[in-house]
Amino acid sequence: MSRPVTPPVRAEFVLPPSSPSAARAPAGASLPARRVLELPAVRKVALLAVLAALWEAVARWQGNDLLLPGFLQTATAFAQGIASGELLQRVAASLAVLAQGYAVGVAAALLLTAIAVLTRPGRELLETCTAMFNPLPAIALLPLAMLWLGLGNASLVFVIVHAVLWPLALSTYSGFRAVPETLRMAGRNYGLTGLGFVASILLPAALPAILSGLKIAWAFAWRTLIAAELVFGAASGKGGLGWYIFQNRNELYTDKVFAGLAAVILIGFAVDHAIFATLEKATVRRWNMQH
Amino acid sequence: MIPRLVRAAEPQPLLRAENVTLEYGGRASTVRATEDVSFDVYEGDRFVLLGASGCGKSSLLRAAGGFLAPASGRFTLDGATIGKPGPDRLMVFQEFDQLPPWKTVLQNVMFPLLKARGLPRKEATERARHWIARIGLERFEDAFPHQLSGGMKQRVAIARALAMQSRVLLMDEPFAALDALTRRRMQEELVSLWQEECFTLLFVTHSIEEALLVGSRILLLSPHPGRVRAELNSHQYGFAGIGSTEFRAAERRIAELLFDLPPEAQDSTGRAGRIAL
Repeated sequence: MSRPVTPPVRAEFVLPPSSPSAARAPAGASLPARRVLELPAVRKVALLAVLAALWEAVARWQGNDLLLPGFLQTATAFAQGIASGELLQRVAASLAVLAQGYAVGVAAALLLTAIAVLTRPGRELLETCTAMFNPLPAIALLPLAMLWLGLGNASLVFVIVHAVLWPLALSTYSGFRAVPETLRMAGRNYGLTGLGFVASILLPAALPAILSGLKIAWAFAWRTLIAAELVFGAASGKGGLGWYIFQNRNELYTDKVFAGLAAVILIGFAVDHAIFATLEKATVRRWNMQH
Repeated sequence: MIPRLVRAAEPQPLLRAENVTLEYGGRASTVRATEDVSFDVYEGDRFVLLGASGCGKSSLLRAAGGFLAPASGRFTLDGATIGKPGPDRLMVFQEFDQLPPWKTVLQNVMFPLLKARGLPRKEATERARHWIARIGLERFEDAFPHQLSGGMKQRVAIARALAMQSRVLLMDEPFAALDALTRRRMQEELVSLWQEECFTLLFVTHSIEEALLVGSRILLLSPHPGRVRAELNSHQYGFAGIGSTEFRAAERRIAELLFDLPPEAQDSTGRAGRIAL
């Protein structure tokens, strides 16, 4: 056995109650240059610059701008497209169709999931339909849409609705089901039932899942639209961004093809970072609901 | 049974459980949560349902709230059978997620006033502000739930329920998820709120001490399935007498009843009453 250790008996002391002062230490100002390099946005731009330089180098080494125009050539074509208004017009045409399809798809998805959480046949319908249609690429329905609705915006809207509806319905529904039981009971305690219950409790409580569903649905819709426009687009007169890419490839304006692709990417990036990030900051991140 | 003298002026019970049997499960297997439970809650009561896990106390509260239909028997409020949830029986839960995270403290308290009571916005705001001040959170009106501590969240839930001035408040172990120091303060605050407002409370707990402190009358339930074991008075015990001999004796008596210990179980330290359920 080891020797028993006895701690010394110390005097007690009591301090006067302290006022709740600033518990946080003042943030130390570090070197500005260091801090700028740590910013995620700056790091991303730097990475993009490196990739653009690589691209330009490969293009120059390869030396055939029919096959691979360089970064500067693409940038020039892009700037010219913007200046002449052609590219902007095509973007506007695409976004107009997209907005229609997206709006219809979102409304249909919310309606379908609301019915699904309120009624049993609705739930069975939703589960069966999402299981069937979610794996089906929306673009595969384009031939059928063209047969039924002709060569026009209606066919494009049809495939976009399909691209939006199922993934959004799926994530909204799983968001609804993940709403805590206590919160549901609190809502029912106030006498909320039916659509009022969905609108006041389920919809806001499932917002994180709905927002990520909206994001996925937007990406699906955008790529489906561009793909569909590659098939046709002249019928509407001006045509959208996909048609712009297709046309310029036929005429071997490869730099314009690249400019069109750049526009597709930039718009996707802008929507994700401007619209969805702002929405998230104003809602689920403010409420600390992101998981 | 205590023989009851029927007189014209005798107060009528507000909330009544009449031979309530509650069951869970489907066709294959049913679990009986409570069997033939009856009790009367009078206006101004702080009525506590006390028992170990499995005695069906939370299920009884849920049934009183209208969230669970009895397999037999019924709950009545002012003589009318309770069928579905309603704002005349507001619940306060143990879980912190009972507060919608997308609403500020003020909006949370206003929510039922607008939705269930249909008050105009201005009146709802005033009333909500009043109750938030009563629970001492006026500086946090515009805070979101995630910015509050657990005790503050429970205070908001209590203010939200009190602001509705419903016929009876149903509380399902509202302080069980709090730390011991906060829990004691919340118990004291609840009782002092009751002294000022005199609402009717149906309170579920598994802590003998909490039952004696918060309750004015205690229904003891034995588990598997939940049956009534005793109904005791506890209005005489206050926070001042927590360590007193009478308080300890009351704790011990309840523990003996709940665990079917022989009366005055030979426990020299007198710790029987402190057994955690």
